[in-house]
Amino acid sequence: MKNNKSITINGNQFSFRPEDTILEVAQRNGIFIPTLCHLKGTTPTGACRVCMVEVKGARSLVASCAAPAMDGMDVQTESSDVIRSRKLTISLLLSSGHHDCLLCPATGDCVLQQLAYRYKVSGTQFEASNARYPLENVNPFIIRDFSKCVLCGRCVQACNDIQVNNAIDLGYRGSAAKVVTAGDRSLKDSDCVFCGECIQACPVGALYPKDALNKPRYGETQKIRTTCSYCGVGCQMHLHVKDNLVQKVTGVDTAPNNGSLCVKGRFGYDFIASKDRLTTPLIRKKGKFCDASWDEALTLVAKKFTQIQKKHGSDSIGVLTSARITNEDNYIAQKFTRAILKTNNIDHCARL
Amino acid sequence: MSKLTLNDLTKIRKQTQGINTNPNITRLMICGGTGCHATGSIKVKQALVEEIEKKGLSDTVKIVETGCNGFCALGPLLVVQPEGIFYVKLKSEDIPELIQEQIINNTPVKRLLFKDPATKKRIAKQDDISFFAHQMPRALRNKGQIDPEKIDDYIARDGYIAIVKVLKEMKPDDIIKEMTTSSLRGRGGAGFPTGMKWDFARKSEGETKYVLCNADEGDPGAFMDRSILEADPHCVLEGMTIAAKAINANKGYIYCRTEYQLAIKRLKIAIKQAKEYGLLGKNILNTGFDFDIDIYQGAGAFVCGEETALMRSIEGKRGMPRPRPPFPAHKGLWEKPSILNNVETFSNVPQIMIKGGDWYASVGTEKSKGTKVFALSGDVNNIGLVEVPMGTTLRSLVFDIGGGIAKKRKFKAVQLGGPSGGSVPEHLLDTPVGYEEIAKIGAIMGSGGAIVMDDKTCMVDMARFFMDFIQDESCGKCTPCREGTLRMLQILEKICEGKGEPRDIKDLEELSHVIHQSALCGLGQTAANPVLSALKYFRNEFDAHVIDKRCPAKRCIAMLKFEIDPDLCKKCGLCFKSCPADAITWKKKEVALIDKEKCIKCMSCFDKCQFDAIF
Ligand SMILES: Cc1cc2nc3c(=O)[nH]c(=O)nc-3n(C[C@H](O)[C@H](O)[C@H](O)COP(=O)(O)O)c2cc1C
Ligand code: SF4
Ligand code: SF4
Ligand code: SF4
Ligand code: FES
Repeated sequence: MKNNKSITINGNQFSFRPEDTILEVAQRNGIFIPTLCHLKGTTPTGACRVCMVEVKGARSLVASCAAPAMDGMDVQTESSDVIRSRKLTISLLLSSGHHDCLLCPATGDCVLQQLAYRYKVSGTQFEASNARYPLENVNPFIIRDFSKCVLCGRCVQACNDIQVNNAIDLGYRGSAAKVVTAGDRSLKDSDCVFCGECIQACPVGALYPKDALNKPRYGETQKIRTTCSYCGVGCQMHLHVKDNLVQKVTGVDTAPNNGSLCVKGRFGYDFIASKDRLTTPLIRKKGKFCDASWDEALTLVAKKFTQIQKKHGSDSIGVLTSARITNEDNYIAQKFTRAILKTNNIDHCARL
Repeated sequence: MSKLTLNDLTKIRKQTQGINTNPNITRLMICGGTGCHATGSIKVKQALVEEIEKKGLSDTVKIVETGCNGFCALGPLLVVQPEGIFYVKLKSEDIPELIQEQIINNTPVKRLLFKDPATKKRIAKQDDISFFAHQMPRALRNKGQIDPEKIDDYIARDGYIAIVKVLKEMKPDDIIKEMTTSSLRGRGGAGFPTGMKWDFARKSEGETKYVLCNADEGDPGAFMDRSILEADPHCVLEGMTIAAKAINANKGYIYCRTEYQLAIKRLKIAIKQAKEYGLLGKNILNTGFDFDIDIYQGAGAFVCGEETALMRSIEGKRGMPRPRPPFPAHKGLWEKPSILNNVETFSNVPQIMIKGGDWYASVGTEKSKGTKVFALSGDVNNIGLVEVPMGTTLRSLVFDIGGGIAKKRKFKAVQLGGPSGGSVPEHLLDTPVGYEEIAKIGAIMGSGGAIVMDDKTCMVDMARFFMDFIQDESCGKCTPCREGTLRMLQILEKICEGKGEPRDIKDLEELSHVIHQSALCGLGQTAANPVLSALKYFRNEFDAHVIDKRCPAKRCIAMLKFEIDPDLCKKCGLCFKSCPADAITWKKKEVALIDKEKCIKCMSCFDKCQFDAIF
């Protein structure tokens, strides 16, 4: 009977793998169960209770993101009790802070908003709680708006389990709970390295890039897939572009980075449209840089290299390459150095 | 001290028994529990020492500082053994007289004896007092009988016999079989069968396993575990060692709240002594079995009593529950197979090993065997620690043992299981103590907190109090508990302020249902119980608040007028004397009058008036 283990979801039988949760079986088979705190690749915390399902014979509802699928389980994902609980949970979250979607940078890309719409919860059942903690904007990268935080803990998981920076955790108790750094200091005075992994993990508008409030929101930008140009790892990223300007960068959930980015990849894109950026080769003529074509520039460099080589020998030339180019480019550079320049003086900065 | 052999152990037992049960030696058992320490038993002990010295009685009179005797409200307590004469509320000034009369003249000092609140008679012998007469000490068998800081005293009362038996004669299977036969269920609240729990952990694979003892005791009004640790720490160590043998663990932790300093001190002494005797540590009694115990002091969060949170806390992380499965038997402390049991659970184990599971199961109800310790508190005459056989009725607990309601008031309810439990009204008082029996009436057995409430208690206010506690103690991780209990608290506050609307009751019921169904851990899942049981049995009080804007128990300040009903006022002037703000005018033979300008709404007059004339 070992191979015949199955679980029934909404009346249909499915097989499952030993380590599967109910949620994973459902997702694989196209059955929707909403989640809020669940963060792929981390141990389920079971915090938000949005993914509750009814399992026949269980004493109470079951968090599908954390409960292992078991043989013979009979699961209902939208029973009346499930909906009753889910609606109240969403309602409680909506009134837990200032969820004024009109002015929120996450509008359109917010899980809470989607849940409210799907389950038709208005958020007026209870009076909205006052913001317990002030907004934090004292660093160059990240704004923390605690009045929108639903305490799902995804940022904590992202920081501790994925990036392993251990900069934040849940602090205080009851409705005073807050995501805190050690000693509840600001991010800039903590172990935070501003990788922004937490921003990407945040399902609502509680964490966002510093400039987001003055930028186009979700739906107004176009996503363009590219490779990060900062180092040889080759992280896959989405540039969110509007008017030919990069507005935001997010990681793509694929190898090698599985969605993560570092501080440079995520925030270091203002050079792209910088006025100071070189757009053409420059040649110094009489002490002044003058625009030149690539052909002009390359010809000049080739000529000078040949002269130096002839006069001082090959070993008078050295080449230093950079981590900002790809492995392939680096390979070509060393080939060029050895085969064309005929020297072994090739090195790499190996840092950024 | 060198490590003991079996012979040494027997020798110590005989020797100490010889002294402790010698009829020619009088033993003055002065209570050294936290309660009696607070009321001054250390001074009384000092006075005893000096007086005995002065009178030259040192050879025939021994002074023993025991752990909590149980009758905490009457401390400092002293029991004169072997006669069993029971003295209450002693002061150091009483001691010369007490020694002269009791010891030298052999006549009890009447004025220092216990006075029965019902009959007003003085009772000399501890066993004749109804508070003790209805009890059956098992977990508390050594309470008041030994000096908890002396391992020899424990050994003299059959201590560490069970360890010898278990390590020399029993296999893990035998231990678990005995536990299963005993039908002992976890005393920490949930009542999970202990034998079964150990069996899961025994079968769980892993070289490293842990035995954990839950001494977090976070319920308001509960002090059972503290008293056991203070009175008889060795029985917990012995119980844990037996568990360790059963599941093959070599390391144990006692998770004790840091406020319990006396318990921790005594545990530390006990661990040190047990190690010196070779009853703990490496190669216990030369059987090749190693087991060591450390104490972990928790910062006193209620939620850290929850098993997964407790383990995270020992790991040095934030004490927050996590989803189960994985269950601790498979992945517990540091992801290793672990068992967690309550202090009282462990304290029952040595006796079960010595006398057998059948003996343990010989008292109790069908599904709840043995005895249960309760901490009786609130508006009852006899406040203290009691142990009764399962099946004892709640009425007997409150009226026979508790001596009924204090200050001649009427019984209203008894709250069992603290913030996770419910209140039991008068008409259900004949319910027997037992897990299923109590759950059926909407309360829980819990860990043994029993708060008795008189007719001056407002049940809405009581529900508000527990919800306030829950909001403070919720770890804040999951939505229903963090946000839902906040809303429940706000609604209850609103009702107590006289601003309740009919819709509020519905909202309370809806929130209760969903929080119970969806919260992550036991704290949230049971958080609505006090509200639900109050709504079930005292709905009329909620309606009075919401519809009539009236608090029938006269507790909710916002709905009180601070006026005196001239028809009810008996002109006694007690209120006048109690008012700290001089807001009451009264003359002999005249009705008292409250000046509302001056009144600071402190409620002293409400508490003092015998005739409920103030409203
Ligand atoms: C919020 C919460 C608090 C708890 N507090 C305690 C406690 O203080 N002491 C205790 O022994 N058990 C407590 N428990 C129960 C424990 O989680 C656990 O079930 C128990 O310690 C197991 O031991 P037992 O089987 O011997 O009862 C608590 C449970 C919850 C949900
Ligand atoms: S930016 Fe990175 S390091 Fe800083 S809190 Fe967020 S995840 Fe942690
Ligand atoms: S900041 Fe965002 S990700 Fe972090 S707990 Fe709050 S809502 Fe969740
Ligand atoms: S039920 Fe309450 S205490 Fe338990 S995990 Fe949820 S928030 Fe924390
Ligand atoms: S997604 Fe399962 S509890 Fe949050």
